[in-house]
Amino acid sequence: MSTIQFMQGNIACAEGALAAGCNFFGGYPITPSTEVAEHMAVKLPKQNGTFIQMEDEIASMASIIGASWTGARAMTATSGPGFSLMMENIGYAVMTETPCVIVNIQRGGPSTGQPTMAAAGDMMQCRFGSHGDYSIIALCPSSVQEMYELTVKAFNLADRFRVPVFLMADEIIGHMRERIIIPDKVEHTARRPLESGVLPFHPEKDLVPGFPGFGKGFGVHVTGLTHDERGYPCATNPKLHEQLVMRLCNKIENARKEIADYVVTNPEAETVFVTYGVPARSVEQVLHDTGSKNIGHLRLKMVWPFPEHAIAEFPNATRFIIPELNLGQIAREFDRHTRVPVIQVPKLGGDLHLPAELKKLTGVGI
Amino acid sequence: MSYDEWLRQDRLPHIYCAGCGNGTIINCTLEAIDGMGWKKDETIFVSGIGCSSRAPGYIVTDSLHTTHGRALPFATGVKMARPGFHVVVFTGDGDLAAIGGNHFIHACRRNIDITVVCMNNQIYGMTGGQGSPTTPMGALSTTTPFGSAEPAFDLCELAIAAGANYVARWTSYHVKELTKAVKVGMETPGLSFIEAMVQCPTNYGRRNKFRQVLDQVEYFRSHSMMRLKYLQHEERGEPVPDATIVVGEFVNRKRPVMGLPK
Ligand SMILES: Cc1ncc(C[n+]2csc(CCOP(=O)(O)OP(=O)(O)O)c2C)c(N)n1
Ligand code: SF4
Ligand SMILES: [Mg+2]
Repeated sequence: MSTIQFMQGNIACAEGALAAGCNFFGGYPITPSTEVAEHMAVKLPKQNGTFIQMEDEIASMASIIGASWTGARAMTATSGPGFSLMMENIGYAVMTETPCVIVNIQRGGPSTGQPTMAAAGDMMQCRFGSHGDYSIIALCPSSVQEMYELTVKAFNLADRFRVPVFLMADEIIGHMRERIIIPDKVEHTARRPLESGVLPFHPEKDLVPGFPGFGKGFGVHVTGLTHDERGYPCATNPKLHEQLVMRLCNKIENARKEIADYVVTNPEAETVFVTYGVPARSVEQVLHDTGSKNIGHLRLKMVWPFPEHAIAEFPNATRFIIPELNLGQIAREFDRHTRVPVIQVPKLGGDLHLPAELKKLTGVGI
Repeated sequence: MSYDEWLRQDRLPHIYCAGCGNGTIINCTLEAIDGMGWKKDETIFVSGIGCSSRAPGYIVTDSLHTTHGRALPFATGVKMARPGFHVVVFTGDGDLAAIGGNHFIHACRRNIDITVVCMNNQIYGMTGGQGSPTTPMGALSTTTPFGSAEPAFDLCELAIAAGANYVARWTSYHVKELTKAVKVGMETPGLSFIEAMVQCPTNYGRRNKFRQVLDQVEYFRSHSMMRLKYLQHEERGEPVPDATIVVGEFVNRKRPVMGLPK
């Protein structure tokens, strides 16, 4: 039986992680994400899991990668400054194909910025923040319910694609409290194990290699150096490097249609809002208030890999309006996939877009 | 079983320069493990970045060759997730004491049950011979072309102050003693820190009047003083030459430990 509760977003994230079987959390306190760690600190030891507060976010990221290689479902949670510190080891997780979940409850930046105010300024950093070319998966919840559901999904995607998966939430979603339905069971995609006799980094058809977890007799050498299918360093072979990096990108990019996650409202509309994260709530209010079928809404629950095919869901669109809590990070990405005019509605400072200011942009009912 | 069964034969030859001391330390560590009777499936090597940190790649077990300075937090994740594993960290003076210094302090404070073997060549070997936190004052490196003006770290004293249960220092000359120390470290619950002074003929010896590989090994022999003797000197207020390498067991104690199997 599912239960209905009233819950904070960050707690819902932690509860989603626990439901997904997360059994290792390594973290470092930072506003506005700390409730995730605090909840895991209470719950994990009671479920035979491990919670450890590391000495910084570099170490937090390192610890979850180490834990993941023992087979654990491992996670960390942070915000801007901590996220910046994690970047080198995130690249290591990408290169070594280590499944892990990184929660970023975004706050205003740069630097210490606005610890208690919402922002979405790390959307490009999560995509490109570590050095080199690579692809990752990023999910954006816009409700407490989705803090739970998308955290579960993050673990499944991380295991399925052997890649770091980001839950890119923000201070408002993390700290608000609302009704949530907790299901009695959640989906669970198991990490595909390496078959015996197969080289540890030999990809299967979907470009993802089976997982040679530690302690299973594979004798796997895991290195962030460019490596061959045996896992051995081959750092000066141009062809091998290109093949490896292309595979790391393509295993995600080739699956972008299959794994895309978005919600379409009023597909016949000419004026279409595009949102991810908390601005969705203001747009939903606009749709509710105007009742106009000529205002559409494309709500992205997964921003990376970018689901450009979703744009075609609105064949009559004459303009896309994109409210974001940054200076247009995703609007620019959107723009390069369409000829239809894109109107950016950036907002900094931590306040939400008011439904009234968005309604004004539609020209409806004023 | 013999230690060479632990070597990943298909990765040889290794990248180390002729005369490098790192091979000796790997050899001693594998001998010690052999003596422990650990199973390969339950032994995990973790390292950072540097010549020293390449060691796990030459060993047949599962291993994590991680990012510069971060071996200890990676190892902490492995050990805390699977306390039944034996976790051994190979690291270098730069990896452990410069970029990884904070992790070193906290791993010792937690006294997590892993064995840390630091190959201290007093230089950044892999990047071509820059000064490290253990480069002696006055020594030449590419970034201390007029002699290092910074006082050096004493890694063993640091480990003791931070809380490690077992701390010892030996050199690539003292292979028997080093092997024994690594083994005692592995037997001791908690964090065991074994510092192994090694020659780096390519990037340290060459610039610091050790024209031959053996000159530096001989220097290790002639300049070493047992810790007990050193403490006696200190007690009596007798001066000890600056260049003295204090060797032996520094502590073997029973502070509370993290990461033991339940
Ligand atoms: C973040 C980062 N900074 C710098 C480097 C470059 N780097 C590679 S190895 C190394 C120094 C290694 O020195 P040490 O740990 O003493 O190992 P050794 O090669 O002497 O055994 C440095 C600075 C790096 N790999 N990563
Ligand atoms: S540079 Fe020095 S430490 Fe590195 S392999 Fe050569 S001799 Fe050994
Ligand atoms: Mg060194």
